[in-house]
Amino acid sequence: MFGRLDLSAFQHNIITLGGIATMGIAVVGIIASLTYFKRWKWLWEEWLTSLDPKKIGVMYLIVAAVMLLRGGGDALLIRMQQVLSVGDSKGLLSTDQFQQIFSAHGTIMIFFVAMGAIFALMNLLVPLMIGSRDVAFPFLNATSFWLFATGAVLVNLSLAVGEFGAAGWLSYPPLSELTYSPGVGIDYWIWTLQIAGVGSLLSGINFLTTILTMRAPGMTLMRMPLFIWSVLGSLALIIFAFPILTATLALLSLDRLLGMHIFTSEMGGNPMMYVNLIWAWGHPEVYILILPAFGVFSEVVATFSQKRLFGYTSMVWAIWAIVLLSFLVWLHHFFTMGAGGDVNAFFGIMTMIIAVPTGVKVFNWLFTMYRGRVHFTTPMMWFLGFVMTFTVGGMAGVLMSVPAVDFQIHNSLFLVAHFHTMIVGGVLFGAFAGFSYWFPRFTGFRLNETLGKFAFWCWQIGFLLAFGPLYILGMMGATRRLDHYDPSMGWRWLFVVAGSGVLVIGAGVGFQILQIVVSVWQRQPSWQKVDRLLRISKIKKALGLSVTENQKVEPASDPWNGRTLEWSISYPLPVYNFAVIPKVEGRDPFWVAKQTKVQPAKPAYEDIELPKNTPIGLFIAGGAFLFGFGLIWHIWWLATVGLIGVIALITIRMSDDNTDYIITAAEVENLEAQRRRSA
Amino acid sequence: MNSLASDQVMTKNDKTVLGFWIYLMTDVILFATLFATYAVLRNNTFGGPSGKDLFNMPFVLTETLILLTSSFVCGLSVLAARRGSKNQAQMWLSLTFLLGMVFILMEISEFHRLIVDGNSWQRSGFLSAFFTLVGTHGAHITVGLIWLVVLRWQMFTKGFTDSTLRRLTLFSLFWHFLDVVWIFIFSIVYLMGVA
Repeated sequence: MFGRLDLSAFQHNIITLGGIATMGIAVVGIIASLTYFKRWKWLWEEWLTSLDPKKIGVMYLIVAAVMLLRGGGDALLIRMQQVLSVGDSKGLLSTDQFQQIFSAHGTIMIFFVAMGAIFALMNLLVPLMIGSRDVAFPFLNATSFWLFATGAVLVNLSLAVGEFGAAGWLSYPPLSELTYSPGVGIDYWIWTLQIAGVGSLLSGINFLTTILTMRAPGMTLMRMPLFIWSVLGSLALIIFAFPILTATLALLSLDRLLGMHIFTSEMGGNPMMYVNLIWAWGHPEVYILILPAFGVFSEVVATFSQKRLFGYTSMVWAIWAIVLLSFLVWLHHFFTMGAGGDVNAFFGIMTMIIAVPTGVKVFNWLFTMYRGRVHFTTPMMWFLGFVMTFTVGGMAGVLMSVPAVDFQIHNSLFLVAHFHTMIVGGVLFGAFAGFSYWFPRFTGFRLNETLGKFAFWCWQIGFLLAFGPLYILGMMGATRRLDHYDPSMGWRWLFVVAGSGVLVIGAGVGFQILQIVVSVWQRQPSWQKVDRLLRISKIKKALGLSVTENQKVEPASDPWNGRTLEWSISYPLPVYNFAVIPKVEGRDPFWVAKQTKVQPAKPAYEDIELPKNTPIGLFIAGGAFLFGFGLIWHIWWLATVGLIGVIALITIRMSDDNTDYIITAAEVENLEAQRRRSA
Repeated sequence: MNSLASDQVMTKNDKTVLGFWIYLMTDVILFATLFATYAVLRNNTFGGPSGKDLFNMPFVLTETLILLTSSFVCGLSVLAARRGSKNQAQMWLSLTFLLGMVFILMEISEFHRLIVDGNSWQRSGFLSAFFTLVGTHGAHITVGLIWLVVLRWQMFTKGFTDSTLRRLTLFSLFWHFLDVVWIFIFSIVYLMGVA
């Protein structure tokens, strides 16, 4: 009846129980407060069933933030074990537990934090920046999000029910095969990634179609904001790379479920095929993550230097060079496989070449700052931290691209330090820069700058403390995934420094949470009030009266003096984004419009068609959850129910022709008039 | 509805068709991965039978011709639908379904024979890759057949609306795509397997 699921799945040691208790308390707390404040209906109608990409983006952000805390907790445990487990002491974690924790840490950070942040940015910004009211397939978009959330639920569920994979974040066979990993851990890993991965793939198709077909009139490709270009590059990579992941996970799953011999080490299987396939996805994946971060920095640098981005065309070509090259370097993840000197040399050289377009981008950003009027705001601080960190990490990468060197430091902590430099210093700093930059666009107020800078410095210093020692440790021969070593190695003090770095980063996270709380608490007069103040001060000036200090105000909907279309709409954003689709005549359209100060003609409103809310995307993800959970625990009837449910729900949705509603031109005119009055 | 609104319907169609093409390209990558895996494992018979010992070429050729005909008939259905002749479109679509069904039954019987003879996917790396590649194509055909049932039902209840016509177009894209994949399977797995 319940397959492999029995009571032993619920037996845990004290540390796991602590984690479960924390999650349990959080869940109970949320349910209780929703009930107490009578917010269930609101949650259902405004959020869970919403097809509005602005809301879906916020939900991605919430999942990513929660998962960042979970993954960060894992990181803390890993470092704690490495500080404590020396010589006779075995530390707090068992070896198996340690392995599960580092596997979960990697999986969570890449798939749910980094990808979540990237998809949040895409949902929030792509339609606004290209002058569109929606994405190409709104229902598909919601379904993608819920599949992503299902993956996040599964990975956390593995903590309470059963176990997680213990074979690393990429679960290489033959270790991940049934012979060596008979438990449910690897199956949890497979279905977590498979379900979230299908969501990512569908999002990729959706946003690619959106950017290609829904740009505002006049926005030719070479007039797109650079963020959109970088997202386009990232989407192209998703389209080409994620099907490889889907197929590879399916193959591993077939080995485990049906006893096939594709990646086994016996009966004619080939484990190295898996390693090739997973990196043919995995290397493009890191560029899927970093390209949108590059895009964020391109917008941030131009805005806060009050200058047009330097070298737009070369930036675009650099993106596409990276897209192409990222498919030609996957073998550098396993130079030690023994593919031979020629093959290793080819992939080594390709890897070195990919540093060139990346370098082009770094110089273009720096030249944008050159002779600009640079404003050292929090987003800009993240950018400057990124340039320094990312360049160091990039040079470490070029070092490792030399196969002979790589043989020495393969699978060492040097490698771990390298890719954390790229992903924390690149992707995460980019996400934070984007978060603080676009936060006022969606909320109406800016984040507290002082606390933002505290958070930045904690992250930056904590990062150097946490990962600087790992470069040295790697050189000294410390391997990754190490849970015990002898004191004679002389590594301990470096691990202590690294562990303290994690605590400093933790303080940075604390400041970020505090920053949000304080900013909400002390938010400036909302933009409506600011606008009123602005009018009052104008009148006062006209009458020759003095204007007091607290009436010194910033431009209403455009706090940073932005350049792109998303800043051209007054706060709050209407559900349809643009009452009138803008006509674009060049790059940085909003900046140009502000410079020329054209009086807007009387707007010609039109009927706007928008999708109705629907819970079916959420239900489809529920079916996928049952399907995945059934296969993990070999509860075949549950998997069948889930699969049939998914097919039935898709059929129901496809049979419904009445999925949109119309806001008539007259209603739009009314709404816009209201918005202007309240402003 | 004014002319602007009908423009939007057109755009919606175009968007869907483009999106579906992009989906098909992702499916190409999926099959490419499976083909690559098959190419790597095809000689790993581990002392078991190879393609030469197993494949019944006249049977597979019949299968192939049936699938190609099904695809052709599907094209006729789209042409009929574009002309507006509902009965013909429905008829050709039924024939498409019938031929697809025969194809999938033949594939199942081929698989069944292999398993009964002790040559299941557990026998060797080669057979694992073979069953996966051909079976994934078969799974796609099965999805196509389910889709076809739903589509026929929608056409029956709603007639030829914008949305049913759009779905017919998408279905025919899908069906032709599976045809192309099968031609690669026929060439690389079967023809090269017995060569």
